[in-house]
Amino acid sequence: MATTINVSVNGKKYQDEVEGRLLLVHYLRDKLRLTGTHVGCDTSSCGACTILVDGKAVKSCTMLAAQADGATIKTIEGMAEKGKLHPLQEGFKEKHGLQCGFCTPGMIMTAANLLEDNPHPSDEEIRHALEGNFCRCTGYHNIVEAIKYAADKSKGGDIEHADAKELEKPLFEVPS
Amino acid sequence: MRPFVFTQAQNQEQALAAAAANETAKYLGGGTNLIDLMKEDVERPSELIEVAGLGFQEIKSNQNGGYTLGAMLSNADTANHPDIRRHYPLLSMAMLSAATAQIRNMATNGGNLLQRTRCPYFYETSMPCNKREPGSGCGARNGMNALHAIFGWNEQCVAVNPSDMCVALAAIGAKVQVQRVNGTTRTIDFSDFHRLPGDQPEADNTLQPNELITAIELPKPAFSKHYYYLKIRERSSYAFALISVAAGLQIENGTIVRAGLAMGGVAHKPWKLTRAEEFLTGKLPQTKNFEQAAELAMREARPLEDNEYKVEMGKKAIVRALTQAYEKNA
Repeated sequence: MATTINVSVNGKKYQDEVEGRLLLVHYLRDKLRLTGTHVGCDTSSCGACTILVDGKAVKSCTMLAAQADGATIKTIEGMAEKGKLHPLQEGFKEKHGLQCGFCTPGMIMTAANLLEDNPHPSDEEIRHALEGNFCRCTGYHNIVEAIKYAADKSKGGDIEHADAKELEKPLFEVPS
Repeated sequence: MRPFVFTQAQNQEQALAAAAANETAKYLGGGTNLIDLMKEDVERPSELIEVAGLGFQEIKSNQNGGYTLGAMLSNADTANHPDIRRHYPLLSMAMLSAATAQIRNMATNGGNLLQRTRCPYFYETSMPCNKREPGSGCGARNGMNALHAIFGWNEQCVAVNPSDMCVALAAIGAKVQVQRVNGTTRTIDFSDFHRLPGDQPEADNTLQPNELITAIELPKPAFSKHYYYLKIRERSSYAFALISVAAGLQIENGTIVRAGLAMGGVAHKPWKLTRAEEFLTGKLPQTKNFEQAAELAMREARPLEDNEYKVEMGKKAIVRALTQAYEKNA
């Protein structure tokens, strides 16, 4: 038995018939062809499928499409506006917050919810907020830096200057 | 996932009637645990009745000085609510130590009470499990049981309740309000809500068929100053507790006038440490009293083959949680 859902995704309205067991992530990827939202573990462990539902970060692999009826959804595809990257996307690019990129959409959506609730988080608060998002490449350091970049940018901070200073610091002490 | 009928209830009467009409239906709150278990083929409901949109979303103060938490409110909105942070910080602390931001955004308060054990034998459908398939045996009893119970278990089931929120609710002394299909309501003491395995390990709680949780009642705040939720786990984020302790102390003129103490990760239900609470009442908040309370609390522990560590860890955790609770705002 199908259920009719009405959803708004990245500002566009959709009405669809969905089967009860259809997961929201599959609705987004297979039906709307918004494949920026990834399926990693499929058990709500890894966070790759994180999207915003009514402004809150949720794992779309553990939510039924039918549960989203009436909701306003934002995916990674809805972050850039008028060809301009969202500050978080820019942060991940500038701070090398990704390597393979598989976890990145989920990281950005989780971070978007964090910065909405807490525009100037500490490193510790960023790490706590990211505990449901796994990255197997970066070791998280640059992801935290990327989110701080976005937070600084929204504060109107002097990012270029901060960058230059950051680059002057050696990554490792080289033994002489 | 097996197919099922998805029912959007428009009001609670409809939800209750739908549940009464189908004994293999389940209520769906946030679904963070239920949908996972359906994917694993552990839960096989023929119908999901969505109750997340029925209301029961509010937090309100009561005339007796306590608070009522709506059952359908999310764990995130509850734990971060200014009144809860201020009056029941023990509950906030426990809830924020659980799961992840995304899961706390989705999970409901009623659903948290109903989340099922994370015993790996319960999840693995090729293994025996009396909770998943009554009468099939317990894989964990003589299997790998380092994560399992040290209190209240029997040969049929050694699983533990995984909730952090419920450990705090046990320490605080909450009540659960439920609605029945005939329109009547019932209030259940938190210590009577979850059950020990007994001869029905498949039943996690004492809810009757079709009953719907509508609210959690919190008593007048007693532990808003001295509280601590200590969660010991194998990694410091996104893991279930090996052992957790919720500790609240009410101290007047230097003496403990009331103690709330409960443990997680040790039994089939949140394990309230009544004897230790009684012992501490009227005592000074001193290490030797905390140590004696911990001894009393762990006296009847019965470890399994792989989890003897929990007995010593439990004592140390109780002392540490009480010490932190006392030193906070001391």
